Amino acid sequence: MFLRLWAFMGSLSSLPGADTCDIVALAGVTKRFPGIVANDSIDLSIRPGEVHVLLGENGAGKSTLIGMLSGLLQPDEGRILVDGKVTQITSPRHALALGIGTVFQHMMLVPALSVAENLLLGGPWWQRPRIEALEARVAKITRSLGITVKLHARVSELSLGEQQQVEILRAMVRNSRLLILDESTSMLTPKGIDELGTLMRRLVKQGLAIVFITHKLKEAAAFGDRISVLKLGRKVGEIPPERFRALGEQEIISQIVDLMFGKQKDDPEAVERPIRKVSVEAAPLLQVTDLAAAPTDNAPGLSSISFDIRPGEILGIAGIDGNGQKQLAEALAGQRVTTGGSVRLEGTAIEMLSVGERRQRGLRYLTDDRLGEGTVGTFPVSINFFLKQVGAPPFWRNGFEQRAEIDKRAAQLVREYDVRTPSLKTPVARLSGGNIQKVLLARELAEGAKVVIFNKPTYGLDLANTLASRQRICATAARGLAVLLISTDLEELLSMCDRIAVIASGALVGTVENVDDARTRVGRLMIGLAA
Amino acid sequence: MSIDTPSVNATAPDPTSAAAARRDILHRLLMTLGPILAALVIAGCILLAVGVDPLAYYGYVLEKGLFSPLGIQQTLTRMAPLLFLAAGLIVAFRAGMWNLGGDGQFLLGAVTAAASAPVFVQLMPAWLALICSFLIAAAVAMIWSLVPALLRGYQGVNEIITTLMMTFLGTSLANVLVKLVFRDPGTTVPQTRTLPVEDRLPRLFDTTITSGLLLGLAAIIIVHLVMTRTAFGLKLRIVGANPRAAIHAGLGVPGLTVAVFAISAGLAGLAGAVDIIGVQGNVRADWNPAYGLAVIPAVFLARMNGFAAIGFVFLLSVLSIGGESAARRLGVPNHFTLVLVSIVLIVLALAEYVDHRYNQSRKA
Repeated sequence: MFLRLWAFMGSLSSLPGADTCDIVALAGVTKRFPGIVANDSIDLSIRPGEVHVLLGENGAGKSTLIGMLSGLLQPDEGRILVDGKVTQITSPRHALALGIGTVFQHMMLVPALSVAENLLLGGPWWQRPRIEALEARVAKITRSLGITVKLHARVSELSLGEQQQVEILRAMVRNSRLLILDESTSMLTPKGIDELGTLMRRLVKQGLAIVFITHKLKEAAAFGDRISVLKLGRKVGEIPPERFRALGEQEIISQIVDLMFGKQKDDPEAVERPIRKVSVEAAPLLQVTDLAAAPTDNAPGLSSISFDIRPGEILGIAGIDGNGQKQLAEALAGQRVTTGGSVRLEGTAIEMLSVGERRQRGLRYLTDDRLGEGTVGTFPVSINFFLKQVGAPPFWRNGFEQRAEIDKRAAQLVREYDVRTPSLKTPVARLSGGNIQKVLLARELAEGAKVVIFNKPTYGLDLANTLASRQRICATAARGLAVLLISTDLEELLSMCDRIAVIASGALVGTVENVDDARTRVGRLMIGLAA
Repeated sequence: MSIDTPSVNATAPDPTSAAAARRDILHRLLMTLGPILAALVIAGCILLAVGVDPLAYYGYVLEKGLFSPLGIQQTLTRMAPLLFLAAGLIVAFRAGMWNLGGDGQFLLGAVTAAASAPVFVQLMPAWLALICSFLIAAAVAMIWSLVPALLRGYQGVNEIITTLMMTFLGTSLANVLVKLVFRDPGTTVPQTRTLPVEDRLPRLFDTTITSGLLLGLAAIIIVHLVMTRTAFGLKLRIVGANPRAAIHAGLGVPGLTVAVFAISAGLAGLAGAVDIIGVQGNVRADWNPAYGLAVIPAVFLARMNGFAAIGFVFLLSVLSIGGESAARRLGVPNHFTLVLVSIVLIVLALAEYVDHRYNQSRKA
């Protein structure tokens, strides 16, 4: 109720005339994708001279919002107002013409070209590029911002921070009035982040508006004037500049933590955690000690991962997405090479075994990438049930497929797990995300499972399937299996887990018993504060 | 073009699966035959442009490749090596690996068979000698594929480039072997020793058709059944359709990769052997029929289905045997066959694209 009222007031304030100083305003903007509401009636006002910070976890809807502002996506409902007028931003080119420049998360420069050539890209093709005019313009802009840009250097020779300055410069050369920085600090060094912060302050001093997207609270508090917090597609709160200035950094952070991780009264997903008895004396089913893995180009490594799970227990892994959750799951399942540590299943070391052997012994991994690696999209539903048992009797005998056995068992699993499919022969990619997830659940929870790793089991599912999946997971633990539940949804973890461990930069930074104050303690661990 | 078939309605709820299956088969047929007809028309226009009567050309092709007794026998004989090559490509393509080194593997297999068979027939009974030649021809071709296989399996090096490079080396090596090592001292022409006609694979009945045709048919049918009915075939198809799912499911992808290359190259080597032991009898220097690349479009047109591939290999043989004599009569270059086949492929790809867009827009 409170939220509704709040949203109503928000839309009032962004009506034309009500607030003329907005460069761009969103009023009740909603964007849906198949199966998910990415943005749910969002109101936002973006003003010159302000750094507007958009905070939220992965999947909160930040990228969708940026997509709509930069002309890549069109809202399903609601209006976007530019200079107080309702405007449809039809394409990225149109957005640029309106003065909205975007610096995307991934660098969008051509590495083989020089900086000047990159800046001139997109000009009229029938004209010679005007290098001299550009040089004069760039000199003027860089002087006022106090940065230096090597116009004739190749982009590939620049550091990531310098490349980012070039992208910002490109937006400035095109007369942007609103600059959107999408997760711009995620690839920068601490020094680069500080420089970017200084640059942002100078830009807003010149009257520019900046939308700065991040999930790091410290940056939000340090560089922002106004903060909006997104959560699961909804805007759950805003700290306006007046309040922002009145508070100290610590107070701001604690307010944001409340907004990001606080319990919502009207959350339909909230379920009471059933009381399960986990016997403390029981020997752990899964013991992981000092597991480590080397980092790769695009993924953090793992270090000092230690935990154990007893039969019937659900251990949650919380953390901001991309902090090694997937790597942890893959290392446990045997898909990723580890560099140290041990994994024991029922007391026997399994860290040297292959993926297949670990599965044989009862370790099951339910991947979050359902179509990318969990299934073969073009294969029929029936075969996808047995993807991890190819060649095993009774479905294959002497290497030959037993179609009847496969179909019989598949039909049974379809009934048991309530998979809605036109037929067993339907390619699995044609099913909805929820039904693909049921196929995976059926496959991993089938006979012989002892320890099950669930990686983001409800990601992208609708409410009904989310609840069904959670029920399945709880039932799994109730059967006496050990469950490792990796999720970026804190509500989910709080509603299901016995204990919650927090992962950050590939290391477990703390484990919390899921009792009264777990929410705040886990939230603080997630953003890098001590519990 | 004439291909946009509105007969199939992919999004309508299936009334009965039988009707849907029938529609699906009809759709497939239209999507395959339509482009071929369109391609014949386009190729006909090209023939017209160079001043050749397309009907006369197609008439000669059909007559010489299909309807004359000698022509059809030549066509069926030509099919033998092509079927082995097609079988090898089906294994590789279904597993998502681009073994484009078929020609090098084919020639090395051919040279090995040509060098070993005349020796073996003097040492052991003819049937055993031929089997031994087949086996070592396959083995040599397998060894030749080991470099791309290991690089792809364990280092992730793109196999398109490595197999193409190995095919250049392979054809050159085969030539060197013919000229320097296995050269028949009894003749002045650089070629290997000739296998006496009575020691070659028997001909079928009273025709000139080689019994290698039966071996080729057996090979491609076995490959088809292995790929569709066995656990091993399914594993290869998983690797081909979604390599990440293969890793997730715990399949030993590097080992399977090496196996795929070994089977594919082995079959290419057998293709070379069957051509030598069944038909040619020897390998002349600089001999390279380039069957390996010619078969690739046929396998694609058949969508990696073994039975359909038999049909397309037959079509390819008719076109190449008929095209050769039509070329002599009408002055069209021999390679026009390849032009025709490539037009078919391009039109087919276009039809696929149009069909896909059509389905997408219906869904949206």
